[in-house]
Amino acid sequence: MHRPAIKLDTDHAAVKKSKLGVILFIAYTLVYSGFVFIGLVDPELLGLHVLGKQNLSIIYGFGLIVLAIVMGFIYNALCNRLEDKMNEKKESSI
Amino acid sequence: MIYTISIWAIIIFLTFVVLVLGLSFYFAGKTKSASGYYAAGGHIHWGVNGIAFAGDYLSAASFLGICGMIAYSGYDGFLYSIGYLAGWIVALFLVAEPLKRLGKYTFTDALDARFNSKSIKLTASISTLVVSIFYLIPQMIGAGDLIVPLLGLPHWSGVLIVGSIVIFIVATAGMASTTYVQFIKGALLIVFSTILTIYILNNGLNLNPGGNYHQFIKIGASVDGKKVVGTTDSTYSFIDSYTVDEKLTFVRLQKQGIERWFKLSKDSTSLDEMLSVATLEDGTKLYNGEPQSAAKFFQVGHLTKIIVDGKEVDKTGPLGPFKFLSTLENSELVRFTKKDIKAANTTVWFQTPTSGKDMLSPGLLLKISSKTGASIWDKLNFFSLMLALFLGTSALPHILIRYYTVASQRAARKSTIVAISAIGFFYILTLYMGLGASVNGVLDVESSNMSGPLLAKYFGVGLFSIISAIAFATVLGTVAGLIVASSGAIAHDFMDKFLNMKMSDKKKVKAGKLAAFGVGIFAILLGILFKGMNVSFLVGLAFAVAASANLPSILFLLFWEKTTAKGISWSIVTGILSSVFIILLSPAMYERYGFAKGLAPIPLDNPGIISIPLATIVLVIVSLMTQKDNKNKVENYHNDK
Repeated sequence: MHRPAIKLDTDHAAVKKSKLGVILFIAYTLVYSGFVFIGLVDPELLGLHVLGKQNLSIIYGFGLIVLAIVMGFIYNALCNRLEDKMNEKKESSI
Repeated sequence: MIYTISIWAIIIFLTFVVLVLGLSFYFAGKTKSASGYYAAGGHIHWGVNGIAFAGDYLSAASFLGICGMIAYSGYDGFLYSIGYLAGWIVALFLVAEPLKRLGKYTFTDALDARFNSKSIKLTASISTLVVSIFYLIPQMIGAGDLIVPLLGLPHWSGVLIVGSIVIFIVATAGMASTTYVQFIKGALLIVFSTILTIYILNNGLNLNPGGNYHQFIKIGASVDGKKVVGTTDSTYSFIDSYTVDEKLTFVRLQKQGIERWFKLSKDSTSLDEMLSVATLEDGTKLYNGEPQSAAKFFQVGHLTKIIVDGKEVDKTGPLGPFKFLSTLENSELVRFTKKDIKAANTTVWFQTPTSGKDMLSPGLLLKISSKTGASIWDKLNFFSLMLALFLGTSALPHILIRYYTVASQRAARKSTIVAISAIGFFYILTLYMGLGASVNGVLDVESSNMSGPLLAKYFGVGLFSIISAIAFATVLGTVAGLIVASSGAIAHDFMDKFLNMKMSDKKKVKAGKLAAFGVGIFAILLGILFKGMNVSFLVGLAFAVAASANLPSILFLLFWEKTTAKGISWSIVTGILSSVFIILLSPAMYERYGFAKGLAPIPLDNPGIISIPLATIVLVIVSLMTQKDNKNKVENYHNDK
């Protein structure tokens, strides 16, 4: 009675995808930490106008949200490529 | 309550509930097996699942809580939006796919996949329950808050209605129907929030929020030394005055037999009108000195100065999304700050003039600037909140179980991206909805959670009823998801796996439904008990507990070979106990118990900064001490390496 809801095939791209995920995670964490760091060290900076007539809080806050979406799409595209390439190759060689 | 009930709201609301129930009946017919109940058979389309993810995630905290927080405290509420979304990055890049590879039905299954350990089964199922219940409380409170203006019923009945409907949904169909409920509601929430934002931008900024908006008065103060002794307005007679927090002076005056409260201005020359709720000895409440039925308690929040291109104007007309923010930044508005005057059994909300610049940067709610007197603890509190929000998402069991409802890793990933896009877009809208609510005279100071729906009412009762119904469905859907997760923890993880009760597939589903019933009743009780707390703040705490109890285990399991079963179990226990302990001793809870905030032994409202590292350290130390256990671990995880 104890089995996965879905049976998954072996995924040869798993290791590479996981590395890619870690790299992208670190990149985003650095940008996010930057925001928290400014808030901790010099919050007045967040009130300064940086782009157009918008202050840093707005630009950085919106930026973090948009960046998450963009990086999500990049990750998906790269993972799809890895899966197509590696799983196809391994299977044909078996 | 300061608003009238609308027939339209009731009709639309009922239509929604009937639709939702109909759907759950429809899918109930299709749900027979255990995998169908807990994981919707693993065959939900990724697009549907992605929006359902968004539906799960955009709970009462997001729509009701964040909008309310932004309306009252500006950008600090938006910090929650940023953190909640950033958390998805951890989920997508680190957790989603490996977890999908490990998992069966529940979060506990995934953690235990390599070990087959009794202690993991027990601690992970307890953690699922604790986190889900922490998350359930604010949802139930939100439901009660919504029902009050929607149907004119008392708060407890709202909690009871949501609880009963959800128990019914979950007990009839499980995950398949909750997925479709979440999909429909997630999609509608985003569409109608967009419509509401378009209304806000089209309306622009206006000094006069509407014909009925109350004009707050200012009268002269007579001061003797430092004490207020009366007023220069002879139509008012002086009763008494109170000093709170050593710097705020509140004055009670009387006019034609009705008591009104005023606040002494900073320069001690004038008295500014406030909102007040006084509780009499027999328990009845007077709103601005009169019974509630007199309707003398006002919706508030207004601009006092609008500057466009250097010139002061009365109104702006339609504004673009960026122009709206930059214009607001140059303007000034009045927020309302709550204070309890214990000696007079009265709660007052006084006018707090706030610059648009302060509204659009962090600092009004969380003290972070040394210039405004932020201590090291205040700064740690901010850091702790941002840390818990970032790490909490991927540790929420009711979010994690959604990875098991799609067919493949690729589908799980695509679902997550659909979810991130939808949620990110919605969170940008929260800033506009919150700010819109703060300046259009719609706020009910007794319930910050209602800011979003009340703003919708400003634009029309139709929009209000639809938005309220969606918000209500939001609560329904989220509660359903949480109850599925909790019932999974009890019936599947605890009874089936830990106690090793050999149950047939059919019995397993039955046990799950019974567990759902029990958790549902419990949630109803908690929702009634915790009435009046801010929902987004409470969800922030649920995130902290989740991040402390679950995240170290998930990440170390996936990325550190030496992790042992005992390491995971001890880390979960440490995470739960330390985070809950810090929460119970925090200033916010001390205020809730009726003590002064300053008495709290731990001056942190957000526990993450202490409890997350603590749980991580315990995991590493215990794992290193129990390395020999790992020789026996089940190696079904490394089939892909």
